[in-house]
Amino acid sequence: MRNLISALDLERSEYEELFELADRYIEQLSKKKRLDKLNGKIIALAFFEPSTRTALSFASATLRLGGKVIGFSSEDAISIAKGESLADTIRMLDSYADCIVIRHRYDGSARFASEISGKPIVNAGDGKHEHPTQAILDLYTVRKIFGYVDNLVFGVLGDLRYARVVNSLLRALTRFKPRRVYLISPPQLRARREILDGLNYPYVEISDPRDALSSLDVLYVTRVQRERFPDDLEYRRVRQSYRVDPELVSMMSRDSIVLHPLPRVDEVDREVDKYPQARYFEQASYGVPVRMAVLSRVLGVA
Amino acid sequence: MSGASELIVKRIRDGSVIDHIPAGRSLLVLKILGIKGDEGYRVALVMNVESRKIGRKDILKIEGRYISDSEASMITLIAPEATLNIVKNYRVVHKVRLKPPSMVRGIVKCPNSMCVSNNDPEAQPVFTLEKTDSREPSFRCIYCETRLTGSDALTELYG
Repeated sequence: MRNLISALDLERSEYEELFELADRYIEQLSKKKRLDKLNGKIIALAFFEPSTRTALSFASATLRLGGKVIGFSSEDAISIAKGESLADTIRMLDSYADCIVIRHRYDGSARFASEISGKPIVNAGDGKHEHPTQAILDLYTVRKIFGYVDNLVFGVLGDLRYARVVNSLLRALTRFKPRRVYLISPPQLRARREILDGLNYPYVEISDPRDALSSLDVLYVTRVQRERFPDDLEYRRVRQSYRVDPELVSMMSRDSIVLHPLPRVDEVDREVDKYPQARYFEQASYGVPVRMAVLSRVLGVA
Repeated sequence: MSGASELIVKRIRDGSVIDHIPAGRSLLVLKILGIKGDEGYRVALVMNVESRKIGRKDILKIEGRYISDSEASMITLIAPEATLNIVKNYRVVHKVRLKPPSMVRGIVKCPNSMCVSNNDPEAQPVFTLEKTDSREPSFRCIYCETRLTGSDALTELYG
């Protein structure tokens, strides 16, 4: 693995190696071990789009491994605001760092960066296209809780059309054998054909989460955004029917889990936090060890 | 070549004939081939003549230029059933039904306005062949993976 642009860049064995590596890092961190795998390495965090948890978890992962971080986290701060092209910015970072972690609002920007730079590129979200490290983290959480990923029934809820985390998750699942995946969304936010055509497991597109809840092992919730709807009334109607609240969670089995890439606004009711199914904070806590695993892999030090 | 077109345009001595272009698209085919007219080639453009194969069709005759198969394959984007004839000394020396190219670079823009290829001055639109079956090949952007179909290409080229 030299670059990580898409969830499809990894074979199943590579997912499993990353999971095991993350397990080891969690164990070592809990023993307060000093890690130095990235000693002498500089990781560039090129966040052209604002982000809190992804940027900070990459920074933390680098520091935990003894590396150093440079970078920026908005276009305003840098010469992009002065009109510098993405290609030129990447060229500059290529000479400053050993690896570039990029988030950018344009679809395909990470692949483009990998053509410009000879250093490993990690895609931390390119437009509405992909966000593969989030998918690794999502499946890592599932494996951590259930012990495996195969044979589980997944439900992916919300905006399946414009959410990059959904694209990466659905693609990452092709490396496993989910029993079934329910794609739960309003008709106008269905997953894109380009993604669906590449799936190799049984999936069902439905509109009402109630039709699937009782059979789910994993409910993955994403936010439905206001700007996807032409009028406010329609948006509020959809948001209401895709909101995960105690009533919906009580229809799920006790062993099932609810995940969310965070940040959430109100698509998961805060009351749900108290239910045993709510595992999104635990999921977020794996962000650092999983990204430690990714960075040490792309840099070839693990 | 159909008799009707023979009545309109004479045979060429040396050059390329592209036949079975869907009616009305020959100007776009010239655009894809990068022929603007000021290169000096004698070009005959026959539009909307009868075709047994596809109803009505266009034919292009370009004298003095031999178009390679790979160059001509780009026109399958909008003319999936086109044929290329290479003429030397009034005789057809090479005739092929064009096959879609494995890669299309720089000819049409990505239909996705948020694709990096539409937004960085150095990025070029590049598509790889996704499907050859049916009468319409489709391609996929190597950056954002958006699908490019013949009708997308038409919209873009007419633009």
